[in-house]
Amino acid sequence: MNTNGNTYTVIYSTVLVVLVAAILAFVSMSLQNKQNENVKLETITKLLSAASQSDGSFTIGEDTDVLGLYAGKIVEAFYVDGNGKKVRDMNTGKENVNSIEVSTTADLKKQNDLIKQIENGQTDKLSSMELPVYVFDINGKTVTVIPCYGAGLWGPIWGYLAIDADGRTIDGAVFDHKGETPGLGAKIVEKSFCDEFLGKTLNVTGETVFAVVKATAVTEPEHSVDAISGATITSQALGKSINLWAKYYMPYLSEAAEANAEVPAVQDNIAAEPAEGTGTAVQTVGTNINEEE
Amino acid sequence: MSDINFKDVLLKPIFKGNPVTVLVLGICSSLAVTVQMKGACVMALSVIVVTGLSSFVASILRNTIPNRIRIIVQLVVVSLMVILVDQFLKAYAYSVSKTLSVYVGLIITNCIVMGRIEAFALGNKPIPSLLDGLANGAGYGLILVVVAFFREILGSGTLFGMRIIPESFYAAGYMDNGLIILPPMALILLGIIVWIQRSIQKDLQEK
Repeated sequence: MNTNGNTYTVIYSTVLVVLVAAILAFVSMSLQNKQNENVKLETITKLLSAASQSDGSFTIGEDTDVLGLYAGKIVEAFYVDGNGKKVRDMNTGKENVNSIEVSTTADLKKQNDLIKQIENGQTDKLSSMELPVYVFDINGKTVTVIPCYGAGLWGPIWGYLAIDADGRTIDGAVFDHKGETPGLGAKIVEKSFCDEFLGKTLNVTGETVFAVVKATAVTEPEHSVDAISGATITSQALGKSINLWAKYYMPYLSEAAEANAEVPAVQDNIAAEPAEGTGTAVQTVGTNINEEE
Repeated sequence: MSDINFKDVLLKPIFKGNPVTVLVLGICSSLAVTVQMKGACVMALSVIVVTGLSSFVASILRNTIPNRIRIIVQLVVVSLMVILVDQFLKAYAYSVSKTLSVYVGLIITNCIVMGRIEAFALGNKPIPSLLDGLANGAGYGLILVVVAFFREILGSGTLFGMRIIPESFYAAGYMDNGLIILPPMALILLGIIVWIQRSIQKDLQEK
């Protein structure tokens, strides 16, 4: 057979390529669920470690049931837009841990693209944003976990900040990256770096919400951490992405913080309302609280 | 073609004709993935699978491949294997596939794979080709693991992520060598391995 003829060559390459494409499509489809599961599990692990960082009462190892742990600790999870308005709820997996819904890095990238457009002046996009918010109850303490995402030196970097009920104190921080330099930029994932964020606060009023800068350039020690030496670009990129993302979360965070501050008053109302019909005993309890305050 | 010495096919690429230290192929990825043992081992296994299977398939097809599009056909076969390996890693060894990032995909451009198909598989029967591919992958993997061993223990004080250098050393002032984590030091380590090999195997020395 003449294997050098044009017809043969064309038919041969067509058959080969179609065959290879079919194999790849089949394998990709059959492994898709498993791969998505991995990405989801990783996101949940990151969320949990950020939320529990300052608490430290549980550690997440390779054999931890992260799905169950997440379902047990989460209070609510939802998306907010750039104005701080709640858009829609996420499935928290309270009924079925397999239906937990989280926002993966692919979703964060889409939001980051939106942020870029808004930064370029398209402010009408603010209401079409879907920023994920996760509210955890870690042993009685309410922490809100918000993500950040941006471009590092070699690829995307992203992270999760756990914010206290006051809407500004950082309670935990976890970062990850696609391909930063090992030993330098890749150090952002290390615990020693993440621990630096504990107890720092977001600058609610200032121009810069949070900064990652070298120790000598620190102007507001409570709103910044020390950058990683030798990884200037990764550090700056991280600071920039925290800054940018925190800015768009600010409307929600400050609203939530106000609501949290009002919680005692709300409880008074609840106590007072049924009191009108049922009797005076409860009412006196209600007034007592008011007097104590 | 019938007088192939199987022992030779299997053992030559591991030491005497090692693709990395003698043929100096696949240098880029051996600098990039040798920071930690775990990554290096998975990469070594991936390359062994890819070189073995690609040589095997290419050898089965060898009499049907049109000569003019020979290289393209080889490339398609190699990329098929690489994408399969990448997909399986993403599904079953997610954390490792993350640390290896793009380098699994870049096995396609690893000269060892194409080199062995072109030099061996296209002229030999499937079984010897499979062995030749596996052995060359193993030769590459061996170097990877040796380099990674030194880089991880000197650079991070760990092996497979477990602490080897005791904390008391650090307390006494010992510090991990940050330089060895960077690619240039991997090249120097590789150079040292080539040096050692050439001083043992005198016939490799250029006059």
